[in-house]
Amino acid sequence: MIELKNLNKTFKTSNGDIVALDDINLTVSDGEIFGIIGLSGAGKSTLVRCINLLERPTSGDVVIDGRVINTLPGKELLKVRQSIGMIFQSFNLLEQRNVIKNVCYPMEIAGMDKKEMLRRADELLEMVGLSDRKKSYPSQLSGGQKQRVAIARALATRPKYLLCDEATSALDPNTTRSILELLKEINKTLGVTIVVITHEMSVIDKICDRVAVIHESRIAETGKVSRIFANPQSEIAKELILPKGAESNPTPGSRRIRIIFDGSESNMPVISELILATKVPVNIMYADTKDIEGKAYGHMILSLPDGESGIEKIFAWLEANNIEYREEV
Amino acid sequence: MLSEMLHQLWENGVIQRGIWETVYMTVISTAISYIIGLPLGLLLCVTDRDGIHPIPWLNKILGFIVNVFRSMPFIILMIAVLPVAKLVVGTSMGNKAMIVALVIAAAPYVARMVESSIKEVDKGVIEAAQAMGTSSSKIIYKVLVPEAKPSLIVGAVISMVTILGYSAMAATIGGGGLGMIAITYGYQRYNDDIIWICVILTIIIVQIIQEAGMHIAHRIDKRIR
Repeated sequence: MIELKNLNKTFKTSNGDIVALDDINLTVSDGEIFGIIGLSGAGKSTLVRCINLLERPTSGDVVIDGRVINTLPGKELLKVRQSIGMIFQSFNLLEQRNVIKNVCYPMEIAGMDKKEMLRRADELLEMVGLSDRKKSYPSQLSGGQKQRVAIARALATRPKYLLCDEATSALDPNTTRSILELLKEINKTLGVTIVVITHEMSVIDKICDRVAVIHESRIAETGKVSRIFANPQSEIAKELILPKGAESNPTPGSRRIRIIFDGSESNMPVISELILATKVPVNIMYADTKDIEGKAYGHMILSLPDGESGIEKIFAWLEANNIEYREEV
Repeated sequence: MLSEMLHQLWENGVIQRGIWETVYMTVISTAISYIIGLPLGLLLCVTDRDGIHPIPWLNKILGFIVNVFRSMPFIILMIAVLPVAKLVVGTSMGNKAMIVALVIAAAPYVARMVESSIKEVDKGVIEAAQAMGTSSSKIIYKVLVPEAKPSLIVGAVISMVTILGYSAMAATIGGGGLGMIAITYGYQRYNDDIIWICVILTIIIVQIIQEAGMHIAHRIDKRIR
């Protein structure tokens, strides 16, 4: 378990102090994939670097498996870091080492036996599907392949945790998908707890169990991904989940409602049933639904026709069917 | 036409010895300069404010010392350090003394060359190594030096050529080599052809160092394929 307690980080610069983290409290449970999302500059990279103390918090505690690590002496801290894997946006492979030697690097540092090291590296490269590129150098690999090597390297010392700092932000959508699938598989088969930092909501909804939304150095909201998708509370979460423009451009005069799908009505063709039942035509202005664990989550904005009676009927039907809705202003 | 003097010098093996002395002084001085300059450059880089182990006061002091030596023109520094040469090798004359002077002048230069090569190593790679629990000392020899190797070799080539140039100047205070031949037999006895022969020979030596060094640097660099 990773616990961050009252974490603060202030950078001192010549232009005064910059607060990067402001009273962060977070708990990442064992076995989950935890997402941290925020706009660039929100402090998420600093936050993830505080977990393995690449960045020293100004105050507060980092507790890993019940042990406060920010007070550990240097040597002990190195041991802790060896038990936390990390991958990066820019992959950060050693350019002068070939693939297998990159994967061996953390094992060399941990002082592993050479034979055992090579055996383990083979096994890892097999897992990430790069057995045929052992002797290649990073400059000969594509972005996705580099990230696979980085993942193999990060897992070499069998860490319990894996930190991913914008690990897919430099990759194209297809490669992103395959890397995310690999991460999910690692989480399932090896039981590695994964912390994912990203600015893309799609990364969160594809693999995360829980998510923390960070905004202006603070945590705006934390919860299950399905809950936050269905019902974002904070302004920033709404902004991240509902792309810009979704809430603007109202047709003058017409009333609009937002229907919220929270996973409970997944098999019901809501809109069709609504129209059939009420005989009132509605216009879909915006829709964004996601399939999370086989259930539909998301939002739909409907423009309602003029006329109070029709609107009353719609509201009555929605309420009768227990569908959450909200009138948009 | 080539002068009689040139013919004589060649017959007596003076030019051949000059080439050998120049090469020997340059190679030995470069090697010793790196024995001192490489750790010094690494120290400058590591103790820097955004280095892997910042020690600002040490960095300032080292930086100052390096700058003092670097800002002195070699021809003056060379004379100033002759007493040191006497202390180290027992004489202030000849090639041995010149090597001491060359090393004192070149080591700080080498330190700066090394520093700039090491600073080229991607910060992200260093961060990744730290995230994997690498100690600062292991980062130096497992990450910084291997990753900067091609750049370090290019730096060594530049340093060697610079030291070769210095070695010619050392001829004015009793050093040997092609510089000495150009000054004593060419300049002082009005034999222009000897000066030019020495210049051409120096160019050839520089070209060989340059080409060989760049070839090695390119071959070991795994970033270019």
